[in-house]
Amino acid sequence: MEQLTFAYPASRPARQRAHVGVVGSGDLEVLLSPLPGLQAEVVIRTSVDGYGPIWKSVLDRFFTRYDGAARIEINDFGATPGVVALRLAEAVEVSES
Amino acid sequence: MSHSESSHGAAYEAILARRSFIELGARERARALLDAGSFRELLGPFDHLESPWLPLQGIVCQADDGVVIAKGALDGEPAVVLAIESAFQGGSIGEVSGAKIAATLELLLGEAEAGRPVRPVILFETGGVRLQEANLGLAAIAEIQAAIVALRRHVPVVGVIAGMVGCFGGMSLAAALCSYLIMTKQGRLGMNGPEVIEQEAGIEELNASDRRLIWSLIGGEQRAATGMVDVLVEDDVEQLAASVRELFAAGRPAQARSERIAHYLSLLARVDPATIDAAAMRQLYNEEPSWTMP
Repeated sequence: MEQLTFAYPASRPARQRAHVGVVGSGDLEVLLSPLPGLQAEVVIRTSVDGYGPIWKSVLDRFFTRYDGAARIEINDFGATPGVVALRLAEAVEVSES
Repeated sequence: MSHSESSHGAAYEAILARRSFIELGARERARALLDAGSFRELLGPFDHLESPWLPLQGIVCQADDGVVIAKGALDGEPAVVLAIESAFQGGSIGEVSGAKIAATLELLLGEAEAGRPVRPVILFETGGVRLQEANLGLAAIAEIQAAIVALRRHVPVVGVIAGMVGCFGGMSLAAALCSYLIMTKQGRLGMNGPEVIEQEAGIEELNASDRRLIWSLIGGEQRAATGMVDVLVEDDVEQLAASVRELFAAGRPAQARSERIAHYLSLLARVDPATIDAAAMRQLYNEEPSWTMP
C-alpha cells in the first residue's frame, strides 16, 4: 500500500460533497469535499505501489478541466487510469448536481 | 439477431423490464428498499469510521468499512436497513463493520423496549468474518447474533440474501437467526464456502467449480424448498421490496426457525451423510411441513 498526496490550484469553491465508487477489485472510492480557500488537495491510498507518475498524469489532466476547491480522497484497489478518470468525473458530476 | 421474434421474446422482455437488485451496491440496495425519499445514512463514508487493522497489513480501507446503515421508512413505518457491501473485502465482517451492525441492532432493541419499534432489515452479502481482524470480527458477529435474538422478540428481523457473494461463516448463523429470510435463486447460504470445503476435504468431497452442484446444495431454490428460507424472489427490486413489506405486515412468526431445535435435530438424525443428496434432502425436509408462511 502506498499513500500519495497532490495539490492543485482552484478558482472557485466546490459545490457540495460527493461519494462514489467502492474499494473493490479494479475499482476505487472517491470522496470529494469542499475545502476553504482556493486550492485542491488529493490524498490517494492505493494497493499498488510505484505508480506515482501515472497518478500525477491522470490528475494533471483532470485538473485541466476541474477548478473546484476540494479535498479529494481516493481509496484505490487496483483501478486502471481509465477507471480512475471515470470515477473522478462521476464524483464531480454528483458534486455539481 | 432479433430475439423479439423468437419464442423466447416474452421471457427476454420480462427480464429486461426487471430492475436487478444484485447489480446494485450496498448503498443503492438500501435506498431501493426504503420508501422513496426516506433514505438517510448514519455513519457514512464522510465520518471515516474505518478499520484500524487493515492498513497495518498493507490493505486499503473503505471509508465506511463496507457497511451502510440506512435509516428510513417501510410502508411509512420507521425502518433501518443494514447493507453489507460485497465488493469490499468480500463483504467480510471486521471490528468496525461488525460493530456498526451490532450497535444499530442494540439501539433498535432499546427503541423496541421503549415501545417505539423500528423495522430492521439486514442485507447479508458476506463471506463471514474478516480474517485480517480475526477474533475482533468474530466477537462482533457474536454480538450481532445476540442482538438479532433479542430484537426478534419485539419485531420481525428480516434478512435478505440476494447474491452473488451469498452468506457464509458466522454470518450464515446470524442469517439463520432472523425471523424471516428472503433469497434469490442466485443467492447461496452455507457455513463453509465450496472452495473452503474442496481445499480442506479434497475434490472427491466437493468440486467447487461444479456450479450446478453447488447451487443444488446451497442455492436459494434449494434453501427455500427445504424450508431454510421463507421467500424465494426473482432478482428484481420491486419483488424484493414488496416481499420485505409483506413480511413486516405479517408480524412476528409464532416460532423462529432457530427455536425449533427438536424438530431439526430429528430431521438431522435421519440424514445419512453417505447417501444424502439435494433431492433426498428436499424429500426429508418436506415430509412434515417444517414451516408455513404466516
